[in-house]
Amino acid sequence: MMIKTAQQLEKLRKECIAETDKYPKKVMVCCGPGCLANGAQKVSDEFKKQLKKKRIKGFSVEAMKETGCHGFCEMGPLVVIEPDQTFYTKVKIGDVEEIIEESIRKENVIERLLYTDPNTDKKIEKYSDIDFYAKQERIALRNIGHMNQCDIREYIALDGYKALAKSLTKMKPDDVIEEVKKSGLRGRGGAGFPTGRKWAQCAKIDDWPHYVICNGDEGDPGAFMDRAIMEGDPHSVIEGMIIAAYAVGAHEGYVYVREEYPLAVVNIQKAIDQAREYGLLGANILKSGFDFDIKVSRGGGAFVCGESSALMKSVAGEVGEPRAKYIRSVVKGLFDKPTVLNNVESFANVPVIISKGGKWFAGIGTPKSTGTKAFSLVGKVRNGGLIEVPMGTTLREIIYDIGGGILDNRPFKAVQTGGPSGGCLPDSKLDLEVDFDTLTEAGSMMGSGGMIVMDDHTCVVDVAKYFLSFLVDESCGKCVPCREGLYQLHALAVAISEGRATEEDLDKMEQLSEMIVIGSLCGLGKSGPNPFLSTIRYFREEYLAHIRDKKCPAGVCRELIRYDIMADKCDGCMACLSVCAQHAITGKKGELHIINQDKCDKCGACYAVCTRDAIEIT
Amino acid sequence: MKHDFSKLQEIFDKYPKTPQSLISVLQDIHKEYRYLPCHALEETARVLDVPLSKVFSVSTFYNAFSLTPRGERVIRVCTGTTCHIRGANQILHQLEELLNIKAGETTEDLKFTIEVVACVGACSMAPVVIVNDEFRGGVKVSDAKRLTK
Repeated sequence: MMIKTAQQLEKLRKECIAETDKYPKKVMVCCGPGCLANGAQKVSDEFKKQLKKKRIKGFSVEAMKETGCHGFCEMGPLVVIEPDQTFYTKVKIGDVEEIIEESIRKENVIERLLYTDPNTDKKIEKYSDIDFYAKQERIALRNIGHMNQCDIREYIALDGYKALAKSLTKMKPDDVIEEVKKSGLRGRGGAGFPTGRKWAQCAKIDDWPHYVICNGDEGDPGAFMDRAIMEGDPHSVIEGMIIAAYAVGAHEGYVYVREEYPLAVVNIQKAIDQAREYGLLGANILKSGFDFDIKVSRGGGAFVCGESSALMKSVAGEVGEPRAKYIRSVVKGLFDKPTVLNNVESFANVPVIISKGGKWFAGIGTPKSTGTKAFSLVGKVRNGGLIEVPMGTTLREIIYDIGGGILDNRPFKAVQTGGPSGGCLPDSKLDLEVDFDTLTEAGSMMGSGGMIVMDDHTCVVDVAKYFLSFLVDESCGKCVPCREGLYQLHALAVAISEGRATEEDLDKMEQLSEMIVIGSLCGLGKSGPNPFLSTIRYFREEYLAHIRDKKCPAGVCRELIRYDIMADKCDGCMACLSVCAQHAITGKKGELHIINQDKCDKCGACYAVCTRDAIEIT
Repeated sequence: MKHDFSKLQEIFDKYPKTPQSLISVLQDIHKEYRYLPCHALEETARVLDVPLSKVFSVSTFYNAFSLTPRGERVIRVCTGTTCHIRGANQILHQLEELLNIKAGETTEDLKFTIEVVACVGACSMAPVVIVNDEFRGGVKVSDAKRLTK
């Protein structure tokens, strides 16, 4: 199937819509990362197996789709029946036959599988009535969950490649840039640089060829928005890249994907192959005289490669060390040629901006941070998952209205945004309207969109230590302040967590942090001390408790806590005894167990398995 | 350790023989042999016309590469932020105790390797453990024994 003109594309669109409308009912089985980890593939296979055997009027196995991430991962595996929006949660293989018989063959709803609103205890039938979905606005994630993962015909049916046709046939490259500028779109990878301005700078440099790169090296731990887009709707990214390439005059592009995302690598490649087959990549696209093609480059598991200049080195087959950016990569990027590098989510927004206009996009969000932002809302939150909200939504709305509050109704302690370079914000910041600038002012950052909620069982010293240890591992080692400074900062954080530090050490850490920020070349080092700086800013008392009282109030830091079994609660079930790798717990079945403190290494395994809350941390 | 190196040529033939292909070639070799054998590195250097020192530098820079053989079953414990605050370290610790190796090491009988990975993007299922590419979500400390059998 080769599409040669915009008219042919429109004709094909009609065919594709007819194909998707062939069956009135559709079943969407979520095959996003969260649901897959919970067994969604088995559920989907069971659907296929049963549907092939059964005959149902007005329905066929073709109307069952394996979609990308629906976002409500905590409730997975999810099965949605359209157009009724019936929303089934935690579906197991054993439920499949009942769903087919009751909800597909007939019109019945299976109460048992519906979502229960935790506040009202009522069952909710349609996903659009669930707070988690009702308060979201989806632009970048618009198609995910509504179509088979990376099926070009379904993408076209959902207005896919319409923006590309509009750009190539009705707009000049400068018009495209102007529209993106008007939208106010800022880079979704974290830094928030205006996308239109980046494109404009690259386009006017007379040094050829130009390149377009999509940064899919989503390295921030706790973030998976880009993964969801690359797996669930890769064509939106490719369409965005082609439009960008047209705007800046590039003929070659790369998608750099983390190797930790094997399915994303497969789906992006599949989508590129499909686009090529349909003539939407390659020579003379839609008879516009414009040529463009894309290659996939797999990352090697190095966090620093998310930094643009390091990423470009990695694409070139070299060690991913960043360089000084006196000359920006729009001037000298990949192979020293002008390069536009944008994040996955940024590219996914582009087709909508071209279709609906920059002005429309700029009307959403806040004046300086327009549009929406996808977040992965995870941690100690009840309804974790993938969400997208307009910029300017408050942390409270995100965590409490969409996220449903804290797991097990524990008190909220902090929310960590921005990955290892970001920071932790306390409850006094819950009413902060989230955008690029407010988060930075509060001492954190937008980052790629990871949002990790923490409760009172999370120790901020431990969190700072965790991020610093991550950064020590991932520092490429090129600059001394980052390589040695973060190492020392981490060593001091360890000393605090083990009760060996003094208050002077805190001053030392603050001084050292300042020097690392000044002396490092790239973003990794420059923001490296942030996990410490933001936690000391808001949680100094907790640091002092470790230093002065030698206590870890959250009960996390091993050297400062002890585990004891409470005699009145222990029923002698032997669960703790059997997981204790140190054989530190003694006792007989039905009798009180005792922890031998000399043997105990405070691993917490006993605490994790005890179902009677009989283990106390002091 | 003896290997059948006839597969190397197939891997080289898939890519243009330029230094730019280095990482892709090493990734494929790693997939084939579950690590980067010394001889394969020398061959890569020769075929792609890259100094051996640079091949070594790239092999040691990226976390995806291992220069020592890995076990039949690679247990990867995700230690991303969410998994961390939901107890990944306890699971890792338990696995290390049970197999008597540290993260990054392989048992002597080449049956098990423990690795840590900083986030696989399945955070809502935290803590996550990946056994030879199969994801397991909501893993508990008490599951560790089963993973090592």
